[in-house]
Amino acid sequence: MHRYVGRRLLQSLVVLAGLSVLLFTVLVYTPGDPVEIIAATQPDLEPEDIAALRRYYGLDDPVQVRYVKWLRSVARGDLGVSRTYGQPVTRLMRQRLGNTLQLLAGAFVIAFTVGLGVGIYSALHQYSAVDYLATLVSFAGLAMPVFWLGILAILTFAVWLPVFPAGGMMTPGVQAGWSSLIDRLWHLVLPTAVLAFASTATWVRYSRSAMLEVIRQDYVRTARSKGLPEAMVTRRHALRNALIPIITLLALSIPAVLDGAVVTETIFSWPGMGLLLFQAVLGHDHAVAMAVLLFLAVATILANLLADVAYALVDPRIRYE
Amino acid sequence: MSETVAGVLHGVKVVPAGPAGGQSYWQVAWRRFRKHRLALVGGTLALGLTLMALLAPWIAPYAADRMALGARWAPPGAAHWLGTDELGRDVLTRMMYAGRVSLLVGYIVAVNVAVIGMLVGAVSGFYGGVVDGALMRLVDVLLSVPTLPLYLILSAIIPGGGVSRIILIFTAFGWTGVARLVRAQVLALRRLEFVDAARAVGVSEARIIIRHLLPNAMAPVIVAATLAVGGAILGESALSFLGLGITPPTPSWGNMLQRAQEYIWNAPHLAVFPGLFIFVTVLSFNFLGDGLRDALDPRLKL
Repeated sequence: MHRYVGRRLLQSLVVLAGLSVLLFTVLVYTPGDPVEIIAATQPDLEPEDIAALRRYYGLDDPVQVRYVKWLRSVARGDLGVSRTYGQPVTRLMRQRLGNTLQLLAGAFVIAFTVGLGVGIYSALHQYSAVDYLATLVSFAGLAMPVFWLGILAILTFAVWLPVFPAGGMMTPGVQAGWSSLIDRLWHLVLPTAVLAFASTATWVRYSRSAMLEVIRQDYVRTARSKGLPEAMVTRRHALRNALIPIITLLALSIPAVLDGAVVTETIFSWPGMGLLLFQAVLGHDHAVAMAVLLFLAVATILANLLADVAYALVDPRIRYE
Repeated sequence: MSETVAGVLHGVKVVPAGPAGGQSYWQVAWRRFRKHRLALVGGTLALGLTLMALLAPWIAPYAADRMALGARWAPPGAAHWLGTDELGRDVLTRMMYAGRVSLLVGYIVAVNVAVIGMLVGAVSGFYGGVVDGALMRLVDVLLSVPTLPLYLILSAIIPGGGVSRIILIFTAFGWTGVARLVRAQVLALRRLEFVDAARAVGVSEARIIIRHLLPNAMAPVIVAATLAVGGAILGESALSFLGLGITPPTPSWGNMLQRAQEYIWNAPHLAVFPGLFIFVTVLSFNFLGDGLRDALDPRLKL
């Protein structure tokens, strides 16, 4: 087990190193380095001043020196300063992270429970009407552009039937206390539902095929033939084994969920990391955009590592590969 | 062959036997595909949408950029089946032309991704060792970056708002899935006897890969490429919707929705139709891909 975790850890470090090179390359080719930005706002700077500034920021250093410097500052948690907000990027991200997690947490709980429930029911009643319906709806969920679903949700529930707000996190002026809490929850409903829809479809398909795979196994037939009640066979023998691959799929589904979050936050003007990223890209605030991308990518790598370790804990066969 | 010879020798006509009745792999696949109802629906729809896009200049009800400023935001009706937009352009006409752009992106990206993925996967799986390790770590790196945030940033860096930028970005980061599939196939195939046989008669490595390994690894590539058409259309539409993909005046289904949110109060029809086209297109390619997966897998009973 230790050896397996060690090997996976090493692999993640290699991926992390590759990622840093990739992101640094993007950064190098990004127009508008800090000095250009300063020069653009202060037209009375002399060329010598600009040259001095470039030396100060180390922009004329060889690219490998710049890479090491950049890596060192990232490791210290210094991701630069936002040019639109004039604040350290890390502080901006900390403010937004909570809002994104609120959205993601709700959407995840809904998608996971509904998706798994429907998927497993579907597998146990293969070719039933429910199974066909679930398959059809999950196909629809996977083909549905998130932004269109968001627009349709706003059209239906904010324009035609004005039940929910069309965007934002709260109504300005609503005071603290119960009414404020309810107001905030009310604002959460539409974006959470939209974000949850696509991943519910994914979970239905994953869990359905995982369950179908397992119930064909010999040990399930054995359990049945020794006279165990069907509920016991399903719960103890089939379900528990079907859930194992779901651990890996949890990590694999993260990038898609993050993509959805960027779009959902943009449509509903939800002040999270996704909206921060979108606005940074539009406003050429590259330090912010790159920092968010780096954060999301590192989170993805960590999640994959965790998932693999968890998988090895649950399924001993993996360790002896 | 030997059966036929034997048959001739014994004076009887021998029909090649076997469960498939002497049909080739592709004939069997086609027969199985025809029985798959969802795949047929998907294939027909995909074909219809492609024809609609190809024939747009001849079948569209209006000229491509005809503006009727007197008829802005007209709701769907007899003159304009799907209504008009903020400049009085016919939405149905624009949608047909936008389909050319969106489908073009989908098809080209799918072909690119399949070709690059096959090459990388075959080399990786066939040679193994350091080459394989390096290529697969590269795949790991590319897969660890959330795609939409990366695409947003790249779109802001790479100039131009045309079709080629999108195709370039989607190709550069989209081949990883196919590469993994092909690598797995080649890894399994390269130990089989026909590869040894080819090697023994002196076939070159490149020829072994191209003539012997890749054709046997085609089935998952075809499926992945079909699904990639839908994926690219979905990705293009999201980027264009956010204003960082294909930029107006070139119409794409995604950028037609860009301002729909602004006009949602007085022209809701603008928000509905372009999205419906994206949805139906992606859905039909997904059905098609799924049907092909079933049809091309001989182990599966339909």
